[in-house]
Amino acid sequence: MSAENLVEISDLNFTYDKRPILKGINMRIPRGKIVAIMGLSGCGKTTTLRLIGGALKATTGSIKVAGQEMSDLDQDGLYRMRRKMGMLFQFGALFTDLSVYENVAFQMREHTDLPESMVRDLVMMKLHAVGLVGAHNLMPSELSGGMARRVALARAISLDPMLIMYDEPFAGLDPISLSVIGNLLRRLNDALGATTVLVTHDIQESLKIVDYIYFMSDGVVVAEGTADEIKASNLPFVHQFVWGEIDGPMTFHYPGAPYRKDLMLEAS
Amino acid sequence: MPHRKIGFGLRSVGHTMIDGIWRLGYASRFFFVTLISSGASFRRIHLTIREIYFSGVMSLIIIIVSGLFVGMVLGLQGYETLQKYGSESALGSLVALSLVRELGPVLAALLFASRAGSAITAEIGLMKATEQISAMEMMAVDPIARVVAPRFWAGVISMPLLAAMFSAIGVFGGYLVGVVLIGVDEGSFWSQMQAAVDFRQDIVNGVIKSVVFGVAVTAIALFEGYDAPPTAEGVSHATTRTVVTSALAVLALDFILTAFMFRGV
Repeated sequence: MSAENLVEISDLNFTYDKRPILKGINMRIPRGKIVAIMGLSGCGKTTTLRLIGGALKATTGSIKVAGQEMSDLDQDGLYRMRRKMGMLFQFGALFTDLSVYENVAFQMREHTDLPESMVRDLVMMKLHAVGLVGAHNLMPSELSGGMARRVALARAISLDPMLIMYDEPFAGLDPISLSVIGNLLRRLNDALGATTVLVTHDIQESLKIVDYIYFMSDGVVVAEGTADEIKASNLPFVHQFVWGEIDGPMTFHYPGAPYRKDLMLEAS
Repeated sequence: MPHRKIGFGLRSVGHTMIDGIWRLGYASRFFFVTLISSGASFRRIHLTIREIYFSGVMSLIIIIVSGLFVGMVLGLQGYETLQKYGSESALGSLVALSLVRELGPVLAALLFASRAGSAITAEIGLMKATEQISAMEMMAVDPIARVVAPRFWAGVISMPLLAAMFSAIGVFGGYLVGVVLIGVDEGSFWSQMQAAVDFRQDIVNGVIKSVVFGVAVTAIALFEGYDAPPTAEGVSHATTRTVVTSALAVLALDFILTAFMFRGV
């Protein structure tokens, strides 16, 4: 494994209920970079992220994080590895019975013996980084979608992880919140010296902040490159995705019997 | 084609049996893992105390009100029957024994299942649906130790206390109706009760029953929540299953425990 890559995925296959989800994926995620995994819903992006985080086990192939083969880890080893990772879920997944402050302090309380005064300072620093110090007393039900995402981001970086994973961080956000989260993502990655894996299908926001992009379709990587290379790509799938075209290799209709046959206008 | 229909029916029964056994095995494993992950529930006792507040203290109102009415009904019905034999003075022992041996533990457990059990299932099911459980796992925190075990022990601790409260209030309800309203002699009401109720045979057995019911109801509620499909419909079904399964389990366990405890009394 190259020392410059924090995550290396080789010939990864994943099958769920006899259905192949990922088919021979290869990816390299260099240290300090933001790498996006993009593709249509159901193409295997989130599954790849869950495999990197050890929430799922690969059917065949290899996933190495910081040189450690993920499938070799037992429960304790996996938990030790996860202490070095942060993950932002699609809708934040904040603990609804805890305040904003307690959500951000959660991991510090669970994994460290820091005195309360230091926990408070660290929580406030993390909340300051996402611009929500003033909201520390609020409950998750009192937050807007964008604010909840920022609190979840503060929680994800609470132990200064080496790897931050984002699962659809831009989903359902208004344009301003979207830009705020996008900027935060870049700034935090650089400030913490972390490595980021970003799963998204928000192409325009992602192209502004990512260093490298993997495009997935139907469980395989169909294209990869820097933001400029992707923008200039002539591959039909990438072109359709980047420019949001209706016509292309991805069709609007889910595969099924001919429509005229469903309407009984044609003999079966 | 009848043989094909029979084959289909047999296959369906087989599938149901296998699913049922698989689920029972999964539930047993879940229960075992909860027990061995319980260390944090006592090391960080504030987690368990918080849950005792939510499942125990918040159930007090329904337990107190129900206990009072059940005791009052026992007083009325008991008096109606006993007076036919000129034994109204035995009303105190009838009310107390009914409550301490049976109605206290059983009814408190049924109320606990519908009030706290359903709430536990819905809470954990929703935590799963909103990815809070996954988030906890990704933060290297074991959700069984952090979420499930404190709730389990809170239920086990709360249940006998609630059953005791139910019985005490029920006795008071019987006193209100029997002595204050109907006019049964107060001295014989209390002295008969004191003479009839045996600490080991009645009170301790009642406490044992309520602890067993607490284990059963809380374990069912936690398992149903943790196993619920992460959808609105899944959580709704799991909550219903908690109440139905807990009620059946409490009644079945009550029969078994009664058969062992009070045989020949």
